[in-house]
Amino acid sequence: MSPPLNDPTPAEALAGAGAAETGASSARGGSGLKPGRPGFGAGGRLGAVGAGVLGRGAIGIYLSVLVLLPIAALLAKAGHGGTAAFWREISTPQAVAAIKLTLIASVIVVAINALFGTLIAWVMVRDEFPGKRIVNALIDLPFALPTIVAGVVLLALYGKNSPLGIDITFTRAAVGMALLFVTLPFVVRSVQPVLLELDRSMEEAASSLGASQFTVFRRIVLPNLAPAIVSGIALSFARAVGEFGSIVLISGNLPFKTEVGSVYIFSQIQDENLPGAAAVSVLLLVSALVALGALTLASRRWSRHVR
Amino acid sequence: MAIEAHDVTKRFGDFLALDDVCVRVGDGALTALLGPSGSGKSTLLRIIAGLETPDSGRVLIGEQDVTDTPARTRGVGFVFQHYAPFKHMTVYDNVAFGLTVRRRPKAEVRERVHELLSLVRLDGLAERYPAQLSGGQRQRMALARALAPRPEVLLLDEPFGALDAQVRGELREWLRRLHEEIHVTTIFVTHDQEEAMEVAEQIVVMNGGCIEQAGSPRELYESPRNEFVMSFVGPVNQLGDELLRPHDIQILPSEDAAPGTIEALVRRVVHLGFEVRVELTLPDGRDIWAQVTRERTQELELEEGQILTVRLPAPRTFAA
Amino acid sequence: MSANAQAHPDAQAHPGARRATGGRRLILRCVALGYLALLLLLPVTMIFYRTFEHGLGAVWSAATAPNAVHAFWLSIELVAIAVPLNTIFGIGIALLLERGRFRGKALLGLLIDLPFAISPIVVGLALVLVYGRTGWFGDWLATHGIEVIFSVPGMVLATAFVSLPFVARETIPVLRELGTDAEQAAATLGANSWQTFRRITLPAIRWGVVYGVVLTTARALGEFGAVSVVSGRIEGKTLSLPLYVQDRFENFDTTGAYTAAVVLALLALATLLAMNLLTRRTRKAGAA
Repeated sequence: MSPPLNDPTPAEALAGAGAAETGASSARGGSGLKPGRPGFGAGGRLGAVGAGVLGRGAIGIYLSVLVLLPIAALLAKAGHGGTAAFWREISTPQAVAAIKLTLIASVIVVAINALFGTLIAWVMVRDEFPGKRIVNALIDLPFALPTIVAGVVLLALYGKNSPLGIDITFTRAAVGMALLFVTLPFVVRSVQPVLLELDRSMEEAASSLGASQFTVFRRIVLPNLAPAIVSGIALSFARAVGEFGSIVLISGNLPFKTEVGSVYIFSQIQDENLPGAAAVSVLLLVSALVALGALTLASRRWSRHVR
Repeated sequence: MAIEAHDVTKRFGDFLALDDVCVRVGDGALTALLGPSGSGKSTLLRIIAGLETPDSGRVLIGEQDVTDTPARTRGVGFVFQHYAPFKHMTVYDNVAFGLTVRRRPKAEVRERVHELLSLVRLDGLAERYPAQLSGGQRQRMALARALAPRPEVLLLDEPFGALDAQVRGELREWLRRLHEEIHVTTIFVTHDQEEAMEVAEQIVVMNGGCIEQAGSPRELYESPRNEFVMSFVGPVNQLGDELLRPHDIQILPSEDAAPGTIEALVRRVVHLGFEVRVELTLPDGRDIWAQVTRERTQELELEEGQILTVRLPAPRTFAA
Repeated sequence: MSANAQAHPDAQAHPGARRATGGRRLILRCVALGYLALLLLLPVTMIFYRTFEHGLGAVWSAATAPNAVHAFWLSIELVAIAVPLNTIFGIGIALLLERGRFRGKALLGLLIDLPFAISPIVVGLALVLVYGRTGWFGDWLATHGIEVIFSVPGMVLATAFVSLPFVARETIPVLRELGTDAEQAAATLGANSWQTFRRITLPAIRWGVVYGVVLTTARALGEFGAVSVVSGRIEGKTLSLPLYVQDRFENFDTTGAYTAAVVLALLALATLLAMNLLTRRTRKAGAA
């Protein structure tokens, strides 16, 4: 996920007038921040708003205030009472139920997404029908829609007074439905560009060699889509594990039944059990990060072949 | 297997790619479809392969009407311009593909794949991935892959276009020798007239969706049926309505001011290895160029600014 | 993110079997569209229907209720602060990652991606642990009479946190593709960093930034979980529009809830439209 490091450029020598780059060629593989006015790589310097140090300082403060400190506080709180306390908090029956529900629901939802997401991407790329452009745009709706509105929206169709007569409120199916809604775009958008760029002559070649359409899909197309599908799954999973707003209305948040991890954390906050909330939070965060990291790595290793 | 196309027409939207085309390729022949971009040659090839369907017309392979048969079951080997390698499979799996989808026994597959890899001189690279091969190697892999299921017909779409000059030369030679060994009816598409002349036994010249002429390289060069073929298959000078071959232009020492000759100013002498290109300006201001050997150039002591005599060949007439 | 699928010529691998492929194609299309309809389209249309079910009058009074109006403007305020901040810092971070040289780029990249992996509730909790009454800065803030948690500043922080990555992530690939040649040329011609940035870099990354801003705005506007935790959900004071929806729902005021939801949905559709138009622009600009 992190971008590769830039190679140092010899452009340092091109220092003209203006902010003085204390000069000489910067040593390759040099240490991080240099004394004086470190430039921004190419051309000797490229400021963010303002000059080098100021910019970096401001960014540093912003990120600290916003992200670093809060995350640090979270980790501190979770680890406050040591491993024993941590373990205790995440193994209360209610916590365990919530975590289990979250993980299982996320895995199921992600699997469904892999299937339907690929299918939808396929239809969007390979098929033509009136209104396709609109449908394509609407796929991004879960990205743009506030999660609470997603919940309300699902409730309208699948809750009490449903015109379809389906009422899934207070059921686990509701959790699944909400997760499917908010994670819909990930696999689709991940697969679409790859499918668009796919070399059709590979499929034609396979066909001319005698492969049936299904075999062509299975042995030629799918392997080439796999990295993108996996990458989409990674993002879906991370999103699903932490989802709150869309679930909160439709699931009823019944402990041991339809209470997901994020809702459990919320209830612990309200009960002023901050260590408990922090512990489960860290657990969820770590599982999301691990899944994200592992799947992204797998996806990258896979695509190295295909490139 | 001989190949025949009868009255094939194909449109893409408003664009007429093929206009009532008829072609015959003999069994075991090595034929080139030659023409500029947009001439319809690739389209014709793809129709023969079954990758496109004609709007009208029939395609016969070995006397059998295959127009409605899909590419999959036509028994045609196709080599794509950019090789279309299965990037996620090894060289071995690529070449084996046509056999594995037909569920041939593993031992048979292994034997055939190695046989072909030897044939195309890629032994030892079986476990590599296409990305690790050079352009020429990828092309040979594509060929091996197409040949593995023993097709009755081999079709190649601008097979050497994406390679650099030296590799191209080697592969042309190599394709010719391969054909001599295997004798599969082979058609390849090219826009490079030199390539067609060098490799093919028969050339079909196409332009704007129609066949201009079909024949051996020599026939096409010496007896072109019209201006297009003449200018496409070989260098020409255009003087008004007449087309002249550069090597037919005789350069004489300036003393020989014989009848039927004309004065010319040497504008530039370009040495291209063995051949020398002499750019001339005629008295009426028109520019032509002549193809002369090194020896002749030295004999005549040709140099820029010289004025000498040239004899132009008799103008070629074409049936209306 | 939003890729407009191009129209493909109908290149079929099995011309002879056209009819069968056509059938298969139709089935795939129906399944895909059916899934989308049941999950996406129908629920969304349902919501518009439900809102106006009881007549425009009810909707109007719901929309003009003082708390609703306050919630709306509070949301706008949060967006008005968080989006510019994230835009400026987002560009800065992108420049740092793509043009800067320092150790810790990996960490920076991770920080940028973190909001995608972290649950909004956890964001809220983390902020409370630093800026809340019992948090790290709790005492200091109390002594200086600054209210962060249970007040607007906290909501701003939460909103900024969750909408942090978008501008940076959209700008990075554009910067990468742009390459440093033009900027180096400017340097040789005597431009300083700011001039180079303003006249060479910025115009080139413009559409990536705009697209990022659109995504940031959508996210900021719609944030629910994180803001829910830090705001204390105090009626008339710390209810943003999404929180207001939940509030109305819990008070059985379905029309009020649906009305607010529809407003948010309309803003979301506007965002979608902007995303769509911009994707084509960025594609065109990139292809140039």
